[in-house]
Amino acid sequence: MATPSLELETGSGAIAGSGEQGKAGRWRGWVIPLGALLFWWFVSRHVVAGHGMMTSPAQVLHTAIDQARSGALRRALSASLARELTGFTLGASLGLVLGALLGVSPFANRLIGPSFNAFKQVSLFAWIPLISVWFGLGDVAKVVFLSLAALVPVVALTSDGIRAVSPALLDVARVFRYSKLQTVRYVVLPAALPSIFTGIYLALIYSWLATLGAEYLLVAGSGIGNTLVDGSEQFRMDLVVFGVIVIGVTGWALNALAHAIQQRWFRDPAA
Amino acid sequence: MANSIARTLSPGRRASLDGARGHAASVARSLGWIALPWLVPVACAVLWVLGSHYGWISAQILPSPTLVFDTLGSLASSGELWMHVSASLSRIAVGFTGGVVLGLLLGGLLGLSRTAEAYILPSFNAVVQVPVLGWLPFLMIVVGIGEPLKYLLIGHAALVPVTLSTLQGFRRTPPAYLDVARVFRYSRRQTIFNVVLPSAVPVIGTGIRLAFTKAWLTLVVVELVASSEGLGYLIVYGRQLFQLDLVLASVLIVGAIGYVADRLLTILEHKLSPARLA
Repeated sequence: MATPSLELETGSGAIAGSGEQGKAGRWRGWVIPLGALLFWWFVSRHVVAGHGMMTSPAQVLHTAIDQARSGALRRALSASLARELTGFTLGASLGLVLGALLGVSPFANRLIGPSFNAFKQVSLFAWIPLISVWFGLGDVAKVVFLSLAALVPVVALTSDGIRAVSPALLDVARVFRYSKLQTVRYVVLPAALPSIFTGIYLALIYSWLATLGAEYLLVAGSGIGNTLVDGSEQFRMDLVVFGVIVIGVTGWALNALAHAIQQRWFRDPAA
Repeated sequence: MANSIARTLSPGRRASLDGARGHAASVARSLGWIALPWLVPVACAVLWVLGSHYGWISAQILPSPTLVFDTLGSLASSGELWMHVSASLSRIAVGFTGGVVLGLLLGGLLGLSRTAEAYILPSFNAVVQVPVLGWLPFLMIVVGIGEPLKYLLIGHAALVPVTLSTLQGFRRTPPAYLDVARVFRYSRRQTIFNVVLPSAVPVIGTGIRLAFTKAWLTLVVVELVASSEGLGYLIVYGRQLFQLDLVLASVLIVGAIGYVADRLLTILEHKLSPARLA
Protein backbone atom coordinates (compact mmCIF):
# COMPACT_ATOMS: atom_id res chain seq x y z
CA MET A 1 0.00 0.00 0.00
CA ALA A 2 2.80 2.37 0.87
CA THR A 3 4.53 1.95 -2.46
CA PRO A 4 1.84 3.28 -4.83
CA SER A 5 1.29 6.31 -2.64
CA LEU A 6 5.02 7.00 -2.69
CA GLU A 7 4.96 6.87 -6.46
CA LEU A 8 2.00 9.23 -6.52
CA GLU A 9 3.73 11.71 -4.26
CA THR A 10 7.09 11.76 -5.92
CA GLY A 11 6.27 10.93 -9.50
CA SER A 12 8.75 8.06 -9.35
CA GLY A 13 6.09 5.73 -10.75
CA ALA A 14 5.90 7.90 -13.80
CA ILE A 15 9.67 7.99 -14.09
CA ALA A 16 9.73 4.20 -14.01
CA GLY A 17 6.91 4.12 -16.57
CA SER A 18 8.83 6.12 -19.12
CA GLY A 19 11.72 3.68 -18.82
CA GLU A 20 9.63 1.01 -20.54
CA GLN A 21 9.75 2.98 -23.78
CA GLY A 22 13.24 1.94 -24.70
CA LYS A 23 15.89 4.17 -26.17
CA ALA A 24 14.32 4.43 -29.63
CA GLY A 25 11.34 6.45 -28.37
CA ARG A 26 13.31 8.83 -26.17
CA TRP A 27 13.40 11.70 -28.69
CA ARG A 28 9.64 12.08 -28.48
CA GLY A 29 9.91 13.31 -24.91
CA TRP A 30 11.95 16.29 -26.12
CA VAL A 31 9.35 17.52 -28.62
CA ILE A 32 7.25 19.51 -26.14
CA PRO A 33 10.11 21.10 -24.14
CA LEU A 34 11.97 22.13 -27.29
CA GLY A 35 8.75 23.37 -28.89
CA ALA A 36 7.98 25.43 -25.78
CA LEU A 37 11.49 26.85 -25.76
CA LEU A 38 11.24 27.80 -29.42
CA PHE A 39 7.83 29.36 -28.87
CA TRP A 40 9.15 31.33 -25.87
CA TRP A 41 12.14 32.55 -27.85
CA PHE A 42 9.92 33.58 -30.77
CA VAL A 43 7.36 35.40 -28.59
CA SER A 44 10.00 37.24 -26.59
CA ARG A 45 11.82 38.24 -29.75
CA HIS A 46 9.03 39.24 -32.08
CA VAL A 47 5.75 39.72 -30.26
CA VAL A 48 6.33 41.44 -26.93
CA ALA A 49 9.94 42.51 -27.25
CA GLY A 50 10.88 45.06 -24.62
CA HIS A 51 7.92 44.32 -22.38
CA GLY A 52 9.20 44.39 -18.81
CA MET A 53 7.55 41.19 -17.60
CA MET A 54 8.73 39.17 -20.53
CA THR A 55 12.17 37.74 -20.51
CA SER A 56 13.99 35.87 -23.23
CA PRO A 57 15.79 32.53 -22.95
CA ALA A 58 19.06 34.35 -23.66
CA GLN A 59 18.39 36.75 -20.78
CA VAL A 60 17.77 33.85 -18.40
CA LEU A 61 20.96 32.15 -19.53
CA HIS A 62 22.82 35.40 -19.00
CA THR A 63 21.39 35.71 -15.46
CA ALA A 64 22.31 32.09 -14.76
CA ILE A 65 25.93 32.63 -15.77
CA ASP A 66 25.99 35.86 -13.80
CA GLN A 67 24.62 34.20 -10.67
CA ALA A 68 27.00 31.27 -10.98
CA ARG A 69 30.05 33.48 -11.53
CA SER A 70 29.35 35.93 -8.72
CA GLY A 71 28.94 33.08 -6.26
CA ALA A 72 25.37 34.13 -5.43
CA LEU A 73 24.04 30.81 -6.66
CA ARG A 74 26.51 28.81 -4.62
CA ARG A 75 25.76 30.83 -1.49
CA ALA A 76 21.98 30.57 -1.85
CA LEU A 77 21.98 26.91 -2.75
CA SER A 78 24.41 25.86 -0.02
CA ALA A 79 22.42 27.82 2.59
CA SER A 80 19.22 26.11 1.47
CA LEU A 81 20.73 22.65 1.31
CA ALA A 82 22.44 22.99 4.70
CA ARG A 83 19.09 23.99 6.19
CA GLU A 84 17.29 21.18 4.42
CA LEU A 85 19.77 18.54 5.58
CA THR A 86 19.81 19.76 9.20
CA GLY A 87 16.03 19.77 9.42
CA PHE A 88 15.76 16.48 7.58
CA THR A 89 18.30 14.74 9.82
CA LEU A 90 16.69 16.03 13.01
CA GLY A 91 13.15 15.28 11.91
CA ALA A 92 13.91 11.87 10.44
CA SER A 93 15.88 10.68 13.50
CA LEU A 94 13.15 11.82 15.88
CA GLY A 95 10.61 10.26 13.53
CA LEU A 96 12.42 6.91 13.54
CA VAL A 97 12.45 6.80 17.34
CA LEU A 98 8.82 7.84 17.70
CA GLY A 99 7.70 5.60 14.83
CA ALA A 100 9.53 2.59 16.27
CA LEU A 101 7.95 3.23 19.66
CA LEU A 102 4.46 3.43 18.13
CA GLY A 103 5.11 0.32 16.06
CA VAL A 104 6.50 -1.87 18.83
CA SER A 105 4.29 -0.90 21.74
CA PRO A 106 0.49 -1.14 21.37
CA PHE A 107 0.25 0.93 24.55
CA ALA A 108 2.27 3.82 23.10
CA ASN A 109 0.34 3.56 19.85
CA ARG A 110 -2.96 3.78 21.68
CA LEU A 111 -1.67 6.66 23.80
CA ILE A 112 -0.04 8.85 21.13
CA GLY A 113 -1.27 7.52 17.78
CA PRO A 114 -4.66 9.27 17.61
CA SER A 115 -3.22 12.62 18.73
CA PHE A 116 -0.50 12.27 16.13
CA ASN A 117 -3.04 11.53 13.40
CA ALA A 118 -5.10 14.56 14.35
CA PHE A 119 -1.97 16.74 14.35
CA LYS A 120 -1.07 15.39 10.90
CA GLN A 121 -4.33 16.75 9.49
CA VAL A 122 -3.53 20.38 10.19
CA SER A 123 -2.00 21.78 7.06
CA LEU A 124 1.73 22.06 7.75
CA PHE A 125 2.10 25.66 6.60
CA ALA A 126 -0.59 26.83 9.00
CA TRP A 127 2.01 26.37 11.75
CA ILE A 128 4.42 28.88 10.25
CA PRO A 129 2.92 32.01 11.85
CA LEU A 130 2.98 30.32 15.26
CA ILE A 131 6.51 29.07 14.74
CA SER A 132 7.58 32.57 13.78
CA VAL A 133 6.16 33.91 17.04
CA TRP A 134 7.82 31.22 19.11
CA PHE A 135 11.18 30.91 17.34
CA GLY A 136 11.63 34.15 15.38
CA LEU A 137 12.40 34.42 11.69
CA GLY A 138 15.92 33.02 11.69
CA ASP A 139 17.41 29.62 11.08
CA VAL A 140 16.08 28.09 14.30
CA ALA A 141 12.48 28.64 13.22
CA LYS A 142 13.23 27.27 9.76
CA VAL A 143 14.92 24.15 11.06
CA VAL A 144 12.05 23.53 13.50
CA PHE A 145 9.59 23.77 10.64
CA LEU A 146 11.67 21.51 8.38
CA SER A 147 12.03 18.87 11.10
CA LEU A 148 8.29 18.93 11.57
CA ALA A 149 7.82 18.37 7.84
CA ALA A 150 10.29 15.47 7.84
CA LEU A 151 8.97 13.95 11.07
CA VAL A 152 5.41 13.23 9.94
CA PRO A 153 5.99 10.75 7.07
CA VAL A 154 8.79 8.95 8.93
CA VAL A 155 6.64 8.35 12.02
CA ALA A 156 3.65 7.18 9.96
CA LEU A 157 5.55 4.78 7.71
CA THR A 158 7.92 3.44 10.36
CA SER A 159 5.11 2.47 12.71
CA ASP A 160 3.01 1.09 9.82
CA GLY A 161 5.95 -0.94 8.55
CA ILE A 162 6.67 -2.46 11.95
CA ARG A 163 3.04 -3.28 12.62
CA ALA A 164 2.66 -4.87 9.19
CA VAL A 165 5.34 -7.51 9.86
CA SER A 166 3.66 -10.80 9.04
CA PRO A 167 2.56 -12.79 12.12
CA ALA A 168 3.90 -15.94 10.47
CA LEU A 169 7.43 -14.52 10.61
CA LEU A 170 6.99 -13.67 14.28
CA ASP A 171 5.76 -17.22 14.91
CA VAL A 172 8.93 -18.60 13.34
CA ALA A 173 10.98 -16.33 15.61
CA ARG A 174 9.05 -17.68 18.58
CA VAL A 175 9.65 -21.29 17.48
CA PHE A 176 13.39 -20.59 17.32
CA ARG A 177 13.13 -19.01 20.80
CA TYR A 178 14.63 -15.75 19.58
CA SER A 179 15.22 -13.19 22.29
CA LYS A 180 13.38 -9.88 21.95
CA LEU A 181 16.55 -8.25 20.62
CA GLN A 182 17.12 -11.04 18.10
CA THR A 183 13.51 -10.82 16.91
CA VAL A 184 13.87 -7.11 16.27
CA ARG A 185 17.30 -7.50 14.64
CA TYR A 186 16.61 -10.49 12.40
CA VAL A 187 12.84 -10.42 11.80
CA VAL A 188 11.12 -7.09 12.41
CA LEU A 189 13.80 -4.75 11.05
CA PRO A 190 14.42 -6.52 7.72
CA ALA A 191 10.67 -6.88 7.12
CA ALA A 192 9.89 -3.26 7.96
CA LEU A 193 12.90 -1.72 6.22
CA PRO A 194 11.29 -0.99 2.81
CA SER A 195 8.42 0.87 4.46
CA ILE A 196 10.79 2.75 6.78
CA PHE A 197 12.89 3.81 3.84
CA THR A 198 9.78 5.00 2.00
CA GLY A 199 9.09 7.27 4.97
CA ILE A 200 12.63 8.65 4.87
CA TYR A 201 12.34 9.16 1.12
CA LEU A 202 9.11 11.14 1.55
CA ALA A 203 10.73 13.10 4.39
CA LEU A 204 13.51 14.18 2.05
CA ILE A 205 10.99 15.44 -0.53
CA TYR A 206 8.75 17.10 2.06
CA SER A 207 11.64 18.86 3.73
CA TRP A 208 12.75 20.27 0.38
CA LEU A 209 9.25 21.63 -0.17
CA ALA A 210 9.27 22.96 3.37
CA THR A 211 12.67 24.60 2.85
CA LEU A 212 11.15 26.71 0.10
CA GLY A 213 8.10 27.43 2.23
CA ALA A 214 10.23 28.46 5.18
CA GLU A 215 12.41 30.74 3.08
CA TYR A 216 9.35 32.16 1.42
CA LEU A 217 7.29 32.82 4.51
CA LEU A 218 9.96 33.40 7.16
CA VAL A 219 11.81 35.95 5.11
CA ALA A 220 15.24 36.37 6.65
CA GLY A 221 18.69 35.29 5.62
CA SER A 222 19.64 33.82 2.27
CA GLY A 223 18.57 30.79 0.34
CA ILE A 224 17.22 29.82 -3.02
CA GLY A 225 13.68 30.71 -1.89
CA ASN A 226 14.90 34.22 -1.12
CA THR A 227 16.31 34.46 -4.63
CA LEU A 228 12.78 33.83 -5.89
CA VAL A 229 11.25 36.37 -3.52
CA ASP A 230 13.80 38.99 -4.57
CA GLY A 231 13.19 38.31 -8.22
CA SER A 232 9.47 38.54 -7.79
CA GLU A 233 9.64 41.75 -5.76
CA GLN A 234 11.91 43.43 -8.27
CA PHE A 235 9.80 42.10 -11.16
CA ARG A 236 12.91 40.44 -12.54
CA MET A 237 11.38 37.60 -14.48
CA ASP A 238 14.77 36.27 -15.56
CA LEU A 239 15.78 35.78 -11.92
CA VAL A 240 12.46 34.08 -11.12
CA VAL A 241 12.70 31.68 -14.06
CA PHE A 242 16.29 30.92 -13.12
CA GLY A 243 15.23 30.22 -9.52
CA VAL A 244 12.41 27.93 -10.65
CA ILE A 245 14.84 25.95 -12.80
CA VAL A 246 17.38 25.63 -9.96
CA ILE A 247 14.64 24.44 -7.59
CA GLY A 248 13.40 21.92 -10.13
CA VAL A 249 16.87 20.54 -10.81
CA THR A 250 17.71 20.30 -7.09
CA GLY A 251 14.42 18.57 -6.32
CA TRP A 252 15.01 16.19 -9.19
CA ALA A 253 18.55 15.42 -7.99
CA LEU A 254 17.37 14.71 -4.42
CA ASN A 255 14.60 12.53 -5.79
CA ALA A 256 16.93 10.63 -8.11
CA LEU A 257 19.48 10.11 -5.32
CA ALA A 258 16.87 8.70 -2.93
CA HIS A 259 15.40 6.57 -5.73
CA ALA A 260 18.82 5.13 -6.57
CA ILE A 261 19.53 4.31 -2.91
CA GLN A 262 16.14 2.66 -2.59
CA GLN A 263 16.63 0.56 -5.74
CA ARG A 264 20.10 -0.49 -4.62
CA TRP A 265 19.51 -1.40 -0.99
CA PHE A 266 15.87 -1.21 0.04
CA ARG A 267 13.91 -2.82 -2.76
CA ASP A 268 10.56 -4.02 -1.53
CA PRO A 269 10.68 -7.78 -2.19
CA ALA A 270 6.87 -7.89 -2.43
CA ALA A 271 6.65 -5.23 -5.16
CA MET B 1 -4.93 -2.82 15.13
CA ALA B 2 -5.21 -6.56 15.66
CA ASN B 3 -3.04 -6.19 18.73
CA SER B 4 -5.28 -3.62 20.30
CA ILE B 5 -8.39 -5.72 19.63
CA ALA B 6 -6.72 -8.68 21.29
CA ARG B 7 -5.81 -6.51 24.24
CA THR B 8 -9.35 -5.22 24.67
CA LEU B 9 -10.89 -8.66 24.33
CA SER B 10 -8.57 -10.72 26.46
CA PRO B 11 -9.31 -9.06 29.82
CA GLY B 12 -12.99 -9.86 29.32
CA ARG B 13 -12.30 -13.51 28.60
CA ARG B 14 -10.13 -13.89 31.62
CA ALA B 15 -12.77 -12.17 33.77
CA SER B 16 -15.37 -14.88 33.24
CA LEU B 17 -12.99 -17.31 34.94
CA ASP B 18 -11.83 -15.05 37.74
CA GLY B 19 -15.27 -14.12 39.01
CA ALA B 20 -16.80 -10.82 40.01
CA ARG B 21 -13.72 -9.13 41.44
CA GLY B 22 -11.60 -9.87 38.41
CA HIS B 23 -14.47 -8.72 36.29
CA ALA B 24 -14.53 -5.29 37.91
CA ALA B 25 -10.77 -4.98 37.44
CA SER B 26 -10.99 -5.94 33.80
CA VAL B 27 -13.81 -3.48 33.16
CA ALA B 28 -11.60 -0.80 34.69
CA ARG B 29 -8.74 -1.96 32.51
CA SER B 30 -10.70 -1.88 29.27
CA LEU B 31 -12.19 1.49 30.22
CA GLY B 32 -8.63 2.68 30.71
CA TRP B 33 -7.77 1.30 27.30
CA ILE B 34 -10.66 3.20 25.70
CA ALA B 35 -9.73 6.42 27.50
CA LEU B 36 -6.02 6.12 26.66
CA PRO B 37 -6.07 8.10 23.37
CA TRP B 38 -7.69 11.03 25.15
CA LEU B 39 -4.97 11.23 27.78
CA VAL B 40 -2.50 13.29 25.73
CA PRO B 41 -4.97 15.88 24.37
CA VAL B 42 -6.67 16.26 27.75
CA ALA B 43 -3.31 16.60 29.53
CA CYS B 44 -2.24 19.25 27.02
CA ALA B 45 -5.53 21.11 27.44
CA VAL B 46 -5.28 20.99 31.24
CA LEU B 47 -1.68 22.23 31.13
CA TRP B 48 -2.73 24.99 28.75
CA VAL B 49 -5.62 26.09 30.99
CA LEU B 50 -3.51 25.96 34.16
CA GLY B 51 -0.52 27.54 32.49
CA SER B 52 -2.41 30.54 31.25
CA HIS B 53 -4.44 30.81 34.46
CA TYR B 54 -1.41 30.94 36.69
CA GLY B 55 0.62 32.96 34.21
CA TRP B 56 3.31 30.31 33.54
CA ILE B 57 3.05 31.12 29.86
CA SER B 58 2.76 34.73 28.78
CA ALA B 59 -0.23 35.60 26.62
CA GLN B 60 2.07 36.88 23.88
CA ILE B 61 3.41 33.35 23.45
CA LEU B 62 0.28 31.33 24.02
CA PRO B 63 -3.05 33.02 24.72
CA SER B 64 -5.44 31.33 27.12
CA PRO B 65 -7.91 28.77 25.76
CA THR B 66 -10.87 30.84 26.91
CA LEU B 67 -9.58 33.76 24.84
CA VAL B 68 -9.15 31.50 21.80
CA PHE B 69 -12.70 30.17 22.14
CA ASP B 70 -14.09 33.65 22.76
CA THR B 71 -12.38 34.81 19.58
CA LEU B 72 -13.78 31.81 17.75
CA GLY B 73 -17.24 32.61 19.10
CA SER B 74 -17.14 36.27 18.15
CA LEU B 75 -15.78 35.42 14.70
CA ALA B 76 -18.64 33.00 14.21
CA SER B 77 -21.38 35.28 15.53
CA SER B 78 -20.23 38.33 13.55
CA GLY B 79 -20.41 36.32 10.34
CA GLU B 80 -16.76 37.12 9.64
CA LEU B 81 -15.79 33.48 10.06
CA TRP B 82 -18.35 32.39 7.49
CA MET B 83 -17.04 34.98 5.04
CA HIS B 84 -13.47 33.68 5.30
CA VAL B 85 -14.45 30.03 5.29
CA SER B 86 -16.65 30.47 2.24
CA ALA B 87 -13.89 32.37 0.42
CA SER B 88 -11.47 29.52 1.10
CA LEU B 89 -13.99 26.82 0.26
CA SER B 90 -14.99 28.42 -3.02
CA ARG B 91 -11.32 28.63 -4.04
CA ILE B 92 -10.90 24.97 -3.16
CA ALA B 93 -14.09 24.08 -5.03
CA VAL B 94 -12.96 25.72 -8.28
CA GLY B 95 -9.26 24.79 -8.09
CA PHE B 96 -9.69 21.25 -6.79
CA THR B 97 -12.53 20.35 -9.16
CA GLY B 98 -10.66 21.78 -12.13
CA GLY B 99 -7.47 19.98 -11.15
CA VAL B 100 -9.22 16.64 -10.62
CA VAL B 101 -11.14 16.79 -13.92
CA LEU B 102 -8.05 17.79 -15.90
CA GLY B 103 -5.99 15.19 -14.03
CA LEU B 104 -8.47 12.43 -14.87
CA LEU B 105 -8.46 13.45 -18.54
CA LEU B 106 -4.68 13.77 -18.75
CA GLY B 107 -4.07 10.58 -16.77
CA GLY B 108 -6.59 8.71 -18.94
CA LEU B 109 -4.93 9.96 -22.11
CA LEU B 110 -1.47 8.98 -20.89
CA GLY B 111 -2.75 5.65 -19.62
CA LEU B 112 -4.48 4.65 -22.83
CA SER B 113 -1.98 5.87 -25.38
CA ARG B 114 1.69 4.95 -25.30
CA THR B 115 2.32 7.61 -27.91
CA ALA B 116 0.82 10.36 -25.77
CA GLU B 117 2.88 9.06 -22.87
CA ALA B 118 6.10 9.24 -24.88
CA TYR B 119 5.42 12.84 -25.90
CA ILE B 120 3.90 14.32 -22.74
CA LEU B 121 5.13 12.39 -19.70
CA PRO B 122 8.76 13.64 -19.68
CA SER B 123 7.60 17.28 -19.75
CA PHE B 124 4.99 16.52 -17.10
CA ASN B 125 7.69 14.97 -14.90
CA ALA B 126 9.87 18.04 -15.32
CA VAL B 127 7.03 20.35 -14.27
CA VAL B 128 6.28 18.13 -11.26
CA GLN B 129 9.86 18.47 -9.97
CA VAL B 130 9.18 22.10 -9.04
CA PRO B 131 6.95 22.23 -5.97
CA VAL B 132 3.93 24.55 -5.84
CA LEU B 133 5.87 27.15 -3.88
CA GLY B 134 8.42 27.37 -6.66
CA TRP B 135 5.73 28.28 -9.16
CA LEU B 136 4.17 30.88 -6.89
CA PRO B 137 6.50 33.81 -7.64
CA PHE B 138 6.52 32.97 -11.33
CA LEU B 139 2.75 32.91 -11.58
CA MET B 140 2.46 36.01 -9.41
CA ILE B 141 4.29 37.98 -12.07
CA VAL B 142 2.36 36.37 -14.93
CA VAL B 143 -1.24 36.44 -13.64
CA GLY B 144 -1.04 38.82 -10.68
CA ILE B 145 -2.25 38.01 -7.18
CA GLY B 146 -5.97 37.72 -7.89
CA GLU B 147 -8.22 34.69 -7.84
CA PRO B 148 -6.73 33.07 -10.98
CA LEU B 149 -3.42 32.66 -9.13
CA LYS B 150 -5.16 30.63 -6.42
CA TYR B 151 -7.15 28.53 -8.86
CA LEU B 152 -4.04 27.75 -10.90
CA LEU B 153 -1.89 26.73 -7.94
CA ILE B 154 -4.61 24.68 -6.21
CA GLY B 155 -5.49 23.11 -9.54
CA HIS B 156 -1.85 22.24 -10.18
CA ALA B 157 -1.52 20.71 -6.70
CA ALA B 158 -4.58 18.52 -7.29
CA LEU B 159 -3.75 17.68 -10.89
CA VAL B 160 -0.45 15.92 -10.22
CA PRO B 161 -1.56 13.07 -7.92
CA VAL B 162 -4.77 12.51 -9.89
CA THR B 163 -2.89 12.27 -13.20
CA LEU B 164 -0.29 9.89 -11.80
CA SER B 165 -2.83 7.69 -10.04
CA THR B 166 -5.04 7.49 -13.12
CA LEU B 167 -2.05 6.56 -15.24
CA GLN B 168 -1.00 3.98 -12.70
CA GLY B 169 -4.50 2.56 -12.31
CA PHE B 170 -4.88 2.16 -16.07
CA ARG B 171 -1.48 0.55 -16.46
CA ARG B 172 -1.91 -1.92 -13.64
CA THR B 173 -4.98 -3.74 -14.81
CA PRO B 174 -4.32 -7.37 -13.86
CA PRO B 175 -3.33 -9.21 -17.07
CA ALA B 176 -5.79 -11.98 -16.21
CA TYR B 177 -8.71 -9.51 -16.60
CA LEU B 178 -7.41 -8.42 -19.97
CA ASP B 179 -7.14 -12.07 -21.00
CA VAL B 180 -10.78 -12.61 -20.04
CA ALA B 181 -11.76 -9.52 -22.05
CA ARG B 182 -9.90 -10.95 -25.03
CA VAL B 183 -11.60 -14.32 -24.64
CA PHE B 184 -15.00 -12.57 -24.69
CA ARG B 185 -13.83 -10.64 -27.77
CA TYR B 186 -14.55 -7.30 -26.12
CA SER B 187 -14.08 -4.29 -28.35
CA ARG B 188 -11.47 -1.71 -27.26
CA ARG B 189 -14.29 0.49 -25.96
CA GLN B 190 -15.83 -2.36 -23.98
CA THR B 191 -12.43 -3.33 -22.55
CA ILE B 192 -11.82 0.22 -21.39
CA PHE B 193 -15.25 0.84 -19.85
CA ASN B 194 -15.96 -2.63 -18.43
CA VAL B 195 -12.48 -3.85 -17.44
CA VAL B 196 -9.76 -1.20 -17.28
CA LEU B 197 -11.78 1.62 -15.74
CA PRO B 198 -13.44 -0.36 -12.91
CA SER B 199 -10.16 -1.96 -11.89
CA ALA B 200 -8.46 1.45 -11.84
CA VAL B 201 -11.09 3.07 -9.58
CA PRO B 202 -9.48 2.24 -6.19
CA VAL B 203 -6.09 3.66 -7.18
CA ILE B 204 -7.75 6.76 -8.62
CA GLY B 205 -9.71 7.15 -5.36
CA THR B 206 -6.45 7.16 -3.38
CA GLY B 207 -5.07 9.74 -5.80
CA ILE B 208 -8.09 12.02 -5.34
CA ARG B 209 -7.82 11.86 -1.57
CA LEU B 210 -4.13 12.71 -1.75
CA ALA B 211 -5.03 15.50 -4.19
CA PHE B 212 -7.34 17.05 -1.62
CA THR B 213 -4.64 16.99 1.05
CA LYS B 214 -2.26 18.75 -1.34
CA ALA B 215 -4.90 21.23 -2.51
CA TRP B 216 -5.76 22.16 1.08
CA LEU B 217 -2.09 22.62 1.94
CA THR B 218 -1.64 24.81 -1.14
CA LEU B 219 -4.71 26.88 -0.34
CA VAL B 220 -3.28 27.78 3.05
CA VAL B 221 0.10 28.68 1.55
CA VAL B 222 -1.38 30.85 -1.21
CA GLU B 223 -3.63 32.63 1.23
CA LEU B 224 -0.72 33.19 3.60
CA VAL B 225 1.25 34.85 0.82
CA ALA B 226 -1.29 36.70 -1.26
CA SER B 227 -4.91 37.26 -0.33
CA SER B 228 -7.23 39.65 1.41
CA GLU B 229 -9.76 37.12 2.65
CA GLY B 230 -9.83 33.44 3.53
CA LEU B 231 -8.54 31.33 6.41
CA GLY B 232 -4.87 31.76 5.50
CA TYR B 233 -5.34 35.51 5.41
CA LEU B 234 -6.96 35.37 8.84
CA ILE B 235 -3.84 33.61 10.16
CA VAL B 236 -1.49 36.21 8.67
CA TYR B 237 -3.68 39.06 9.86
CA GLY B 238 -3.69 37.71 13.40
CA ARG B 239 0.06 37.22 13.25
CA GLN B 240 0.66 40.80 12.09
CA LEU B 241 -1.43 42.21 14.92
CA PHE B 242 0.17 39.76 17.36
CA GLN B 243 -3.31 38.43 18.10
CA LEU B 244 -2.29 34.85 18.66
CA ASP B 245 -5.81 33.93 19.76
CA LEU B 246 -6.95 34.74 16.23
CA VAL B 247 -4.07 32.72 14.75
CA LEU B 248 -4.84 29.70 16.92
CA ALA B 249 -8.58 29.91 16.24
CA SER B 250 -7.89 29.95 12.48
CA VAL B 251 -5.43 27.06 12.72
CA LEU B 252 -8.09 25.07 14.59
CA ILE B 253 -10.60 25.71 11.82
CA VAL B 254 -8.10 24.84 9.09
CA GLY B 255 -7.35 21.58 10.87
CA ALA B 256 -11.01 20.76 11.48
CA ILE B 257 -12.05 21.33 7.86
CA GLY B 258 -9.07 19.34 6.58
CA TYR B 259 -9.92 16.50 8.94
CA VAL B 260 -13.62 16.36 8.03
CA ALA B 261 -12.88 16.49 4.29
CA ASP B 262 -10.29 13.73 4.62
CA ARG B 263 -12.80 11.54 6.52
CA LEU B 264 -15.48 12.13 3.87
CA LEU B 265 -13.10 11.28 1.04
CA THR B 266 -11.91 8.15 2.87
CA ILE B 267 -15.52 6.98 3.18
CA LEU B 268 -16.05 7.75 -0.51
CA GLU B 269 -12.87 5.84 -1.35
CA HIS B 270 -14.11 2.75 0.50
CA LYS B 271 -17.49 3.01 -1.20
CA LEU B 272 -15.80 3.26 -4.58
CA SER B 273 -13.45 0.33 -4.21
CA PRO B 274 -15.68 -2.71 -4.62
CA ALA B 275 -14.62 -5.71 -2.59
CA ARG B 276 -15.37 -8.06 -5.46
CA LEU B 277 -12.37 -6.73 -7.34
CA ALA B 278 -9.95 -7.39 -4.55
